[in-house]
Amino acid sequence: MSDYNFAYLDEQTKRMIRRAILKGVAVPGYQVPFASREMPMPYGWGTGGVQVTAACLTPDDTLKVIDQGADDTTNAVSIRKFFERTAGVATSTHTAEATIIQTRHRIPEAALSDGQILVYQVPIPEPLRFLEPRETETRRMHALEDYGLMHVKLYEDIARNGAIATSYAYPVKVEGRYIMDPSPIPKFDNPKLSNTPALQLFGAGREQRIYAIPPFTQIVSLDFEDYPFEASKAPHACDLCADDTTYLDEVITDDHGGRMFVCSDTDHCETRRDAGYRGRLAPQEDAA
Amino acid sequence: MYVAVKGGERAIDNAHALLAEERRGDPAVPELSVAQIREQMTLAVNRVMAEGSLYDPDLAALAIKQARGDLIEAIFLIRAYRTTLPRLGHSNPVDTGAMAAVRRVSATYKDLPGGQVLGPTFDYTHRLIDFALAAEGEAPRAPQAEPLGPVPRVTGFLDREGLIEAEPDSDATPRDLTREPMELPADRALRLQALTRGDEGFILSLAYSSQRGYGRTHPFVGELRIGEVAVEMEIPELGFAVEIGEITVTECETVNQFTGSKTKAPQFTRGYGLVFGQSERKAISMSLVDRALRWEELGEDNTGAPVQDAEFVLMHADNIQATGFLEHIKLPHYVDFQSELELVRRLRAGAQEAAE
Repeated sequence: MSDYNFAYLDEQTKRMIRRAILKGVAVPGYQVPFASREMPMPYGWGTGGVQVTAACLTPDDTLKVIDQGADDTTNAVSIRKFFERTAGVATSTHTAEATIIQTRHRIPEAALSDGQILVYQVPIPEPLRFLEPRETETRRMHALEDYGLMHVKLYEDIARNGAIATSYAYPVKVEGRYIMDPSPIPKFDNPKLSNTPALQLFGAGREQRIYAIPPFTQIVSLDFEDYPFEASKAPHACDLCADDTTYLDEVITDDHGGRMFVCSDTDHCETRRDAGYRGRLAPQEDAA
Repeated sequence: MYVAVKGGERAIDNAHALLAEERRGDPAVPELSVAQIREQMTLAVNRVMAEGSLYDPDLAALAIKQARGDLIEAIFLIRAYRTTLPRLGHSNPVDTGAMAAVRRVSATYKDLPGGQVLGPTFDYTHRLIDFALAAEGEAPRAPQAEPLGPVPRVTGFLDREGLIEAEPDSDATPRDLTREPMELPADRALRLQALTRGDEGFILSLAYSSQRGYGRTHPFVGELRIGEVAVEMEIPELGFAVEIGEITVTECETVNQFTGSKTKAPQFTRGYGLVFGQSERKAISMSLVDRALRWEELGEDNTGAPVQDAEFVLMHADNIQATGFLEHIKLPHYVDFQSELELVRRLRAGAQEAAE
C-alpha cells in the first residue's frame, strides 16, 4: 500500500509517540500527554492502542490483535486488517508467535516472554477520574501522591457490599508510586501485570495519554490487609477445553437458563483442544 | 451447540457492501454528484469544513456523500484525511478587516460606514415550506449590486474612543491544538481553536445557556460579517508573503458588559468568533462562549455555570471525540460484563447466606 507511510502514521508522528513511550517507560505508571492523531477509526475504538502499535511496529514484527481475548471479534479483525493493509506485517493468532500483541480488555492466558510487547487500548486512563472529573485536579493528586480518595472509595465499597465492588479496571500501584488504571481488564488478569518479562504499553487516543509498565515491574492491586485482593472468575471449567484456570465467557444457549462457559482467550482454548483436551460440551470428534 | 463466532471478517465485508448499496438508494433515482452537494448543500459543506478543520469544499462534499448526509461522520472523514497531510507551514493571520463581505450587519448601530448588508440570509424568510422547490425550475437570479469594498470594523469605532478593551497585537505563534495535546489551563488562542472546530450544537447550547443566565455576559452583536479573505503565506525563498488562495469565513465580534474599577475607567469587553464558510450560528455562539470563558481574566465571579468552566467546555466540545467514545459502548464488553455478573452473583449469594 503506497498511499500511506508504513503503519499509516508519518515518521515524525511516530517519533513523537516513541518519545512519549520512552518517557512512560522511564516513569512507570505516569500518564504522559501526547499529541494523539485523528485515526481512520473512531475514538474509543482503539485509536490509542493503534497509534502505540504503529509507533512500535517494524517490518519484521508479527502482530496479534485481540478484543475480549478473542482474535475473531469484529473490532480485532478490523484493527488487524488495518495493519495488514498499511504495514504489511505478518499476523498470527498464536500468543507465543507474536512480537506485538494489541489487546482490548484482556491479557492472554499464556505467559508472555522477553521481547514481546503488549499494547493495551485504554478508554479512560485516569484511575481517579470517577472520583474527581477534573484533569487539573487529578494531575495534582498524582503529583502529590494524594491517593486517600481512592482508599476511601474502596473502603466505602466494603462498608456497603462487604467486598471491593470493582471487578474490572481494578486500580493498581506501580512500583510503589503511581496508581494506575490497567484498562478495563477483568481483575482476574491483574496478577499477570506484575513482574512480566514483556513490555506493557497503554495508549489512550481520545484522552491523549500514553503510559507504560516496563518488564519486571512490581504491580500491586490495591486492597486492605483484612480484605485482600482476589483475582476471581466464574467458578466453572471451560466447556470446550476443560481448563478450570482460565477466564471464561458466559454464553446463553437457550431461553430456559441454559448456558455454557468457554475460554475468553480463543487461542488458548484452541491450542488445548488441539492437544486433545475436551470439555463438557465439546464434540468428541471436534478437530477445532 | 455453541461454535465460537467465526467469520467476523466476512460479516464486516458484507456490512460494508450493504452500506454502499444503501448509500446509493433507489438506482432509478439519479445519483447525486459531488458538485451538486458542493453547490446546493453549501451550508452543510461549510459545517463539515469548519468542524473538520480543513478548507476544501469538494472534499467536504464528497465526505457528505460518502457519509450518507451524516455530517458528524463526514467531519470524521475529513479529520482522518487531514491528519495525514504534510504540514508545509502556516499562513499569516487573515485580515478580516479587508474582507470582501457579502453580508455585514451590526446590532449596535442603526447605520454605519459600509452600511448594513443583509446578504444571503434566512433571517427574514417566513419559514413556510416552498413547494415550488419540489419541481425543477429556472435558476433564480438576484439583483446585482456593486461589490462591497473593505468595510470598517464596528469595534474599531469603539476602540478609537477607548470604549472597548484594547486587543494587543502579538506576533507569538499560538499553540496548535492539532499538534499538541490539550493541556490546561488553555490560553485564549487555544480555546478559540477548540471552539471553532467544536460541535455546532454543543457550542450553540452553551451559548444559549449563558443567555439564559448561566454565566451571563450581556452580549451585543457588534458586528457579524461573512465574505472572502485572502490567505497569505511567507515564502522564505522570496522573503515576502504571497496570496495562496481565498477562503470564505464568518466573523462575529460581540460587545459585552463593561468592566472597570476605581482606578480603571469602565470599558466594554469583547467576545470573538471566527468560523470557516458561512456559519453564522456557530460564529455567534463561539463569541458568546469565548466571552464567558474569559471570566477570570476580566475579574468576574465564577458562578459555577457550565459555560465558565474551561475544562468542561474544551474537553467536551469535539464531536469526533464525543461520538467515538459514546458509540464505542456498542463494541463487545462481555469480558467486563462477565466480571460484573460474577461479582453480583457472589455478593447476592453472600447476602442470602447472611439472611438465612
